[in-house]
This record gives sequence, C-alpha cells and structure tokens, in this order.
Amino acid sequence: MSAPFVKLPRWVDIGLMPVVNVFAGFLLAGLVVLFIGESPLNALGILVKGALGSVNNIFYTLFYATSFIFTGLAVAVAFHAGLFNIGGEGQAYVGGLGVALVALALDKFMPWYITAPLALLASMVFGALWAMIPAYLQARRGSHIVITTIMFNFIASSMMVYILVKVLKPATAMGPQTRPFESGAFVPRLGQVLDLFGIKSGSAPANLTFFVALLAAWMVWKLIWRTKFGYEMRTFGFNPTAAAYAGISAFRVTMLTMLISGALAGLMSVNTVLGGVHKVELDFVAGAGFVGIAVALMGRSHPLGVVLAALLFGILYQGGAELSFQVPAISRDMILIIQALVILFAGALENMFRPFFGHLFARRETTAAGAA
Amino acid sequence: MMDATILWSVLDSTIRLTTPILLCCLGGLYSERSGVFDIGIEGKMLFAAFAAGVAAHASGSAYFGLLAGIGAGVVFSALHGFACITQRGNQIISGVAINFLAAGMTALLGKAWYQQGGKTPQLETTARFQPMQLPGAMAVKDVPVLGPVYEGLLSGHNLLVYVSFLAVPLTWWVVYRTRFGLRLRAVGENPAAVDTAGISVTRLRYAGVLICGVFAGIAGSYLAIAQSANFSPNMSAGRGFIALAALIFAKWNPIGALGACLLFGFLEALAIPLQGASIPGIGWKVPVQLITASPYILTVILLAGFIGKAIPPKAGGVAYVKER
Amino acid sequence: MAASHPPALELVGIDKKFGAVHANKNINLTVAKGTIHGVIGENGAGKSTLMSIVYGFYHADSGEIKLNGKVAHIRTSQDAIAAGIGMVHQHFMLVENFSVLENIILGVEGGPLLKGGEDKARLRLKQLADEYELDVDPDQLIEDLPVGLQQRVEILKALTRGAETLILDEPTGVLTPAEADHLFRILQQLKNQGKTILLITHKLREIMAITDNVSVMRRGEIVATVQTAKSSPEQLAELMVGRRVLLEVAKGPAKPGAERLRVEHLTVKDEWGVARVNDVSFSVRDGEIVGIAGVSGNGQSELLAALAGIERAVGGKIILSGETIDPAQEADPAKMRERGMAHVPEDRHHMGLVLPFEENENAILGYHRATQYGDGPFLDPEKVQEDAKVKINKFDIRPDNCRLKTANFSGGNQQKIVLAREMERDPKVLLVGQPTRGVDIGAIEFIHKQLIAMRDAGKAILLVSVELDEIRSLSDRVLVMFAGRIVGEVLPDADEGEIGLLMAGIETREAAE
Repeated sequence: MSAPFVKLPRWVDIGLMPVVNVFAGFLLAGLVVLFIGESPLNALGILVKGALGSVNNIFYTLFYATSFIFTGLAVAVAFHAGLFNIGGEGQAYVGGLGVALVALALDKFMPWYITAPLALLASMVFGALWAMIPAYLQARRGSHIVITTIMFNFIASSMMVYILVKVLKPATAMGPQTRPFESGAFVPRLGQVLDLFGIKSGSAPANLTFFVALLAAWMVWKLIWRTKFGYEMRTFGFNPTAAAYAGISAFRVTMLTMLISGALAGLMSVNTVLGGVHKVELDFVAGAGFVGIAVALMGRSHPLGVVLAALLFGILYQGGAELSFQVPAISRDMILIIQALVILFAGALENMFRPFFGHLFARRETTAAGAA
Repeated sequence: MMDATILWSVLDSTIRLTTPILLCCLGGLYSERSGVFDIGIEGKMLFAAFAAGVAAHASGSAYFGLLAGIGAGVVFSALHGFACITQRGNQIISGVAINFLAAGMTALLGKAWYQQGGKTPQLETTARFQPMQLPGAMAVKDVPVLGPVYEGLLSGHNLLVYVSFLAVPLTWWVVYRTRFGLRLRAVGENPAAVDTAGISVTRLRYAGVLICGVFAGIAGSYLAIAQSANFSPNMSAGRGFIALAALIFAKWNPIGALGACLLFGFLEALAIPLQGASIPGIGWKVPVQLITASPYILTVILLAGFIGKAIPPKAGGVAYVKER
Repeated sequence: MAASHPPALELVGIDKKFGAVHANKNINLTVAKGTIHGVIGENGAGKSTLMSIVYGFYHADSGEIKLNGKVAHIRTSQDAIAAGIGMVHQHFMLVENFSVLENIILGVEGGPLLKGGEDKARLRLKQLADEYELDVDPDQLIEDLPVGLQQRVEILKALTRGAETLILDEPTGVLTPAEADHLFRILQQLKNQGKTILLITHKLREIMAITDNVSVMRRGEIVATVQTAKSSPEQLAELMVGRRVLLEVAKGPAKPGAERLRVEHLTVKDEWGVARVNDVSFSVRDGEIVGIAGVSGNGQSELLAALAGIERAVGGKIILSGETIDPAQEADPAKMRERGMAHVPEDRHHMGLVLPFEENENAILGYHRATQYGDGPFLDPEKVQEDAKVKINKFDIRPDNCRLKTANFSGGNQQKIVLAREMERDPKVLLVGQPTRGVDIGAIEFIHKQLIAMRDAGKAILLVSVELDEIRSLSDRVLVMFAGRIVGEVLPDADEGEIGLLMAGIETREAAE
C-alpha cells in the first residue's frame, strides 16, 4: 500500500484545495492578459460587470451555465464509475438531432409544453444512443472509452454535417442548418416570466431549461449517494475487482452510467436549440461538451460543485464576450485559456499544492495507518 | 472513373497530407512507448505551428521558424511531463488541458498581435520551406515508370516531408537497436523493472515526452511554414487525433505507423476529388463526410478488436509510484 | 569460513519511517562472506523495507551500510548493482514481452547500441548455465516461461551484473516444493563459489533447511541473530511473534451434520484455455471446516472464485443445500450470496474492500441490494450506518467509527470488517481465503476463534490458506491441491512430510516406492 500524497483536514481537502487550484489558474490567466499589454484587474472588472451587471447580463450568464451544468454532470456521473467520457461534445451534438426531429414535426401545431418535454426526451435518447456504442465497446470488447469517445466526437461532427447539408437543410436556406422553428417549439425565456410581473429584463436566452438543469443536478446527487445503483457505480469506479466480487455487473454499470451520461449531455442541446437560436445549426454545441470536463473537475464531480463551477463558467463566457467587445485585444479565446488552466490545475496538477498545505496543516493522524 | 491525372494528384497530396500525421504519430510513439499517453499532441502541433509562423515572419528565416516550432512543442511537452511524471497527474486530463491551452493561446495572441482574425502575416518565400529536387530527378525524368514516380511524385517536396519519412527508419532503429530504445520500451511495459535495474524512470519518461514535443514541433512548423504560408487558427484541424488513431492502428510500431499514416493521408487526399463524385456502377454518391470520418471509424473498428488486437504499452497511462 | 575476511555486508543503525509507520528501527546486522543468512519475520515486520534500503530502492532516514568493511553510499539501485549487490524481488522485475536476453541486458547494455552487449550477454549466460545448472533459452519471451524459470532469469540478471551478495525476497512463495528444492541447490552452489546470500522469508522450514545464520525481525526491529544449527523452529517462532504461541488452536471435536456443499467435476479454465481447476470434486458438511492446502497458484484462488460465482467454470456442478447449480451458466456472486454462500476473499485490498469508502459502506458490500438498507432502488445511509455500528461492536473493530475511511484501519481491523460482513448474515457456507494474511497476531487469534465458533454453530466452512500450520490447526479434514487437482485428502494431524509431498504433486504411494 502506498500513500503518495499528503493527508489534509477534510475542509482543506474539499473546500480550500479546489479554490486554491482554480485561483492559480486565474492568476496565470491574468499573466497572459498582462503579457498582451492589458490590465488584468480592469479586464476582471469588465468581465464581472458584463456577466452580472444587469438582469439581462445575468440571464445570459445563466443561459451558458445551464448548458455547462448538463455537460458537467455528464462528465461527473461517468467519473464516479471510473469512466472518462470525453464525448460530451458529440453526444450533445447528436442530442440536438433528436431535438430537431421533434421540433420540426410538432412546432407548427403543438404548444411548447407538449413539444418541449418530448424534445427533452428525444435529446436524452439521442445523446444516450451516441454514448452507448463507446460504452458497449468498452464493456464487451475492451476498447478504451477515452479514445472511442474522442473518435465519436469526430464521427458525430461528420455525420451532422452530412445530415444538416443533405437531409435537414431546406432548399431555400444558405447555411447548413434546419429551418427556423416556430413558436410551438420555443421554451419560454426567464425574461418572459419576469415580464409577467412587469419587470423588464431584456431578451437574454436563459430559459426554463435552467430549472431542468437544477433538477438534473439534484437527481444526480440522489442517484450517486442515495441509490443502490449509485453505490454500485462508486464501487466499480474505485475498485472494479471488488465490484465483481460483490456481484456488480461491470457491463451493466458501464452501460447504464454511459447512457445516463450521454443523456445528460444530450439535454444541453434543448437549452441552446429550443431556448436560444430556435434552429439546429452547424457546430451549435461550440465546445460546451468540453467545458463540461473543466466544470466536472472543478466541481470535484459533486453535483453542487458542478452547478457552482458551471455558474463560474457561465460568468466567464458571458463576461468574456462583453470583455472582447470592449477590449478587442482580449478575444473570447481567453475563455479557452482559462478553461485549460482550470483543467490543468484542478485536474492534472490537483496535488501540486498539497505538500505545502500538508506542512501548513500538519497534524498527527490519530488513526493508525495500515500494515506496512 | 478517376483518370490518371486525378490519381496522380491524389497520390501527390497523399504524401503532403501524410507528413504532419506521420510526424505526430512517431512523436506519440516515443511518448506512449515510455508509458505516457499524449492526447495533447494536437495542441502541441497547433502551438508549434503558431510559434513557427510568428518566428518565421519576424526573422524571415524558415529555419528559425522551425526552431521556434520545435521549441514550442518541447515547452508544451515539458508541461505535460511535469503534470504527468513529476506531479503524477492524470495524463488524459493534462492532454485535454494542453489542447485547450494551445487553441486559446494561439488565437488570442494571434488576434492581439496581428489583428488578422488570428492569422499570422503571409510569409515571404524565403521564410518558408521550398520544394527541393532530389538528386538525379532531372536525369530520370523521361525514363518510363521510374521517371514519373521519382521525379513527379517523390521529388519536389520540401525538406520537412523528407525529414518525416526518414524519421521512420530512424525511429525503428532507435527503438529496436539502441540502448535508449530498449529502456524506453521497458519503461512503458514495466517501470519497476527499469527502476530496479538502476535506471531513472523519470528521466526516461521525460525523454520520451520531450522527443514527442520535438516531433510535434516539426509537424506544426510544417503546417504553418511549409504547407501553408502562415498560421491560421485551429489549422491542426484534428490531425493530432488522427495521428493517435494511426498509432493505435500501427500497434505502436514505427513501420506500421508509416502504413497507417499513408492510409489516413490517402483518405484525406481522396476526399478532395471525391466531392460530388459517384461510385461507378452503383451510382451511389460517396458522402465526403464519410471519407473524412473514415480514419476515426476505422480506428473504432480496430479498437473493438474486429481487425486484430491493439495492445498498448502495459504501463501506459499510469504514473509510476514505488511500491513498498 | 575464514573469519579474517571482513563481513560481506554490515548494517549499522538503519532507521526508516513511512509517515506514521516505523518500518525499520535501528537495525544492526552483520552478514559473513560466503554464508547464507536468513532474515525471518512475520508479514509487515519490515524485512522487505530493509532489503529495499540495502538495494538502494529506498533511502534510510539514518544509519549506514558497509560492504566488505567499507562504508558504501548506496543512493540508487545502480549504486547497489555497482557495489555487487543483486536482488531477486518477490514480484519479479521482468518485462514480460521482452526476451530473456533483453531482460538480462536491461541497464547493463554495455554501450549505446545493443548488438555488442547482446552477444556478450549470450556468452556469459552460457557460462553461467554450465556453472550453476541455470539453463534457460535466451530468446524465449518471459511471458512464455513458467514461474520457476522466470525466477531463474532474475537470478541470472543478478549474476551477470557481477553480484557478490544476492538478496532473495520470499523466493519460494510461487514455487512448488520441488522447484524450491532446486532453488536451494542453486543457492548452495553459489555459496560454495564464495557468494553471500540473504534469504528473506517467513517460512521457518526454509530457514532451518538452508541458512547458516538467521536474524529474526519483529515490528521493524531485529530481535535476535543466531546460528541456525544452534536454534530450533520453536525458538525462532517465539522470537518472531514475541511470545510463546500456541500453534494449536483450542477446539473441540467437530460434530459434522448433513452434507451442505457438494462440488462435482468442477473445471475452471483461464483466458488462455489452461485448466486452473481441473475436475475437482469434494463435499463440505455442516459443522466442519474443510481446509485446502497447497502452494499458492495451484488453483485454490480460482476454486474459491468459481464457488463464489465470480469466475465462470467451464464444467461441473455445485450442489448447495440440495439445489444443483450449473456454475458454467449461473456464475453470479449476487445469486450465490442469496443462496447462502458467504465469501471472505483472499485479497481484501483488491477484492474484499473498497479502501476509499467509509467503513459503513464496506460493511454492506455485496449485500447492498438488501431491502434492510433501503427500499426499492434507494439506499438509506442511516440504516447502513446503524448496521455497521452493530458489527463494529460485535467484532471489536477499532477505531469504532463507521464514518472513517476504510484505508485508515489497520490490516487486522480491515479483515474484521470483511469477516463481520460475511459472518453476520447467517450464511449456510463460508468460503474463507487466507484469513490471516498480513494480520497481527492478536487479530489472528480472534479470527481463528470466530471461525471455530462458526463451525460449532453448525456452519460449513471451506478454508484456503497457503499457511500449512493454519490449515492443520483449524481444519477437520484437509484436501491438498496441486496443479488444479485435488491430489489427496488427509487428516489435519497427518505427517507434515506426507502433506508436503502431496503439495509437490507426488502421490504418497509413488514416493514410497
């Protein structure tokens, strides 16, 4: 038995360490801003104001956050079963196909409250199906799920180009996209709800899907820590041999977990498509699937952490857009850099600061360690 | 049916399109043989392309650009090594981070420095690698068969193309005939055996990862200052992932890597004339997207074990910790 | 031997801590040149750590190492090799898809290119083969070699590196008695050539058979160094555990009842199609402990796994409480548990426990679907914790905190967590593998008593252990396994030599002829 890493008090481990890691990422990002000759503090100010400065801005932030909650939960759920699903991007993309089919079929003669639930269902089914093949290949044929999900992102991309160009694009349209949906496939915006109370809040696309995301987070929590299947997922994730001993089917856990993960990723498309642009266009996922990796790592795969991390990334995306508008030198690519640094510090380098805090919080373990 | 000229141009493009994949694939081979998986190779190549574009523009020298490209690849590799070897971090996560870091940094810096939507300025011909004649190409030009193949197909590419193809036998020789190669293969299979033989696992793995950076650096330079005349955002366009797929296809063997990369390069080259063409006899139009996706589909089929079995280095993906 | 020569190896005041664990305390040890020196101690006594320090794999916190009278600075394994120390590790340090030759030259290639070094190594291998009966084909892949030959490659590795002092860490754990005898002949021969050998083991028999001197380790300390000839197994055993131990477990005669478990013609094959369990038949009755003796790796693990439903058999029948189960079709641990088959696995770290889990979560592993822990698909942490608390009290698990991470419990207490889980659900049959491996002596006694108590309560118990003493003192009947077959059944008080021959695959009748 080897314990390479320093033990820390619980609150430091789950509270302070993630904050320190994320802070390190932001610090480096600030250096990049400095490097291109802008003021990091000024940039931060514009960013925060752009994300939270008005109800409209906040609703934009929530719109992005909604997508990231879904993709973050998708990655987090898989992590608990020891699976690294890098395919959220493709699953969300294909999920959008399901949404498109439902919307195209029903938007002209059904109200949104019939279309939207069916679209939610379709996005989950399509996302899950796209995750199912890599899951099956891992569970039955031993192919590494990281590699297959990456491959499936590319395959999804090609397939969607084909479908959008050859199948769904109306003859009159220019770009590869579906026809614009009609109001029967519009999920009401949060702004519309506020309008009912006479509060003017602008046209930001945050929509009721946000509450679906929060509900999904709560259900994921319930699943992982309050169900027998969640127990099986965690057992399998920590120790597949012990799982086999306990009669937990690796096949079942891998398949079900990936189906759930793919379904969550698929849900992201409802937010963007029915809440935002009201059509399916080329590459509408725009990296949200990958943001999910950063969100899950930063949130330590805990649904509450995922929600908080998704809000932070929502702020980054909305504030970053505002920032690039006001300070053109800091383009939206800055967000990618921050995302990368968060993944780096909260993921690959998560133990870098441990020895330091180990010294700081050095304490005798009262409980005896295992036999040497 | 495709006529000879089209076939010829497809074969010619195959060589050009194979080059960056092959370089990354061989680089990945060194890294993965040492036990460090590297899905960040895409990002390394992209960052190297940017560095090469910037340096070649600033200096006016292709060689200076190449040097900068290699330097960029090595710096990112060192970061990957620090995270995965020194800090024993998750190799996949580190690779993902590097890909985003490269995508973000290149676009941000490019836009901030040149205000051309992320592109670096167009290079003078002297700042690029130029086509070169192989010795005797002119002499055999009119010899049937040999002439067109040697003069038309093999000759007339730039230096980096030849570097990439010569790197294949070189890599084979290094991996299977040298002390370094033996140790590299051993450390990817059983690092404890290497450690107890008195060899530093850390140094070997860093060597593998840094060599990978050199190759990714050359690949990136090729994209920006040999194949094109400037850097443009996301110009690596998934080739790093294709290279990883090729590496699996090659079963981590340099000769196999050449075959797999040529196949994938050919498929990429084929997509150009096949646009809108139909298969004779059936009349069915091959969707060009199917060809684009075929390397990934083939790799998935291979990974599923339907055509042979790809067994990765046994200790790959796992940080080495001394057991007690 | 010549007393004038300075000791081949001398350790002075070696001290090493791993966090809170004091693995080596002020070790002083002198090994004379040209002798075989044994180091004996229980699992976890600190033997392997000490040898890893000598071999440069770990650094001592303090103390020094002297070789042939001179202080040696061993910082890396390379230093140790250069100083003439060779080591044969318990888990072989071989690259499995390399040839023998490639493994031999790894680290001593003799130049940046392989060609010259390979040719030289080939010659040297031939010399060594002639000198020491160490024949092995240099071009075979390690993964194609049987374990005994792999070990030979390890010894050859050390010798080609010019080792004068050879350390062997538990070398016989994976060998049959015949292979072990062959190894001992080789060691004797090496000694005759003037090499010095350190033999690390926890088996008294080996110490008595081959060593000149022996040092006993206990809890990180060397408690005695004696001449083997002037010592006795009883004395050494007492030194090892620190007090006189009753190797006999107090138990009354068994009162076997009806047949509970019957196994007929069970066969289990591994992924390469080799029969690991070969046509095995036996039965266990209520109220008796049937022990399975054998050298590790002769199919005991696979037998347990097949009975527990973890591994699929290719043929045979399992009859449990009169119900016939086809293990080729119905291999499913969950179903076997439902039928009353409890299983304490051989390897608790990898199989029996999820170390990052809280204690209470491990207390339900395998039984987590029971409605007692939550309705339908749900799991109720309160109910799980309540259940865990009851078991903690009953099995005296310490510390008595069911929210603590399992990794933070000692080996003995971890084993108690597993035992409590498997014993407390009133199973019909208990399968037990290596119940006291890596467990301190106090916990061993507790565990043995629990097993006897369970037997006396009328349960059927199948016990697998590589510790022959444990098998003999607990079992009512002993089956001996060799190469996947049951090669004999003896009473626990049978002659040890007879059991030993069976374990080696030699039928007693043949041996007598």
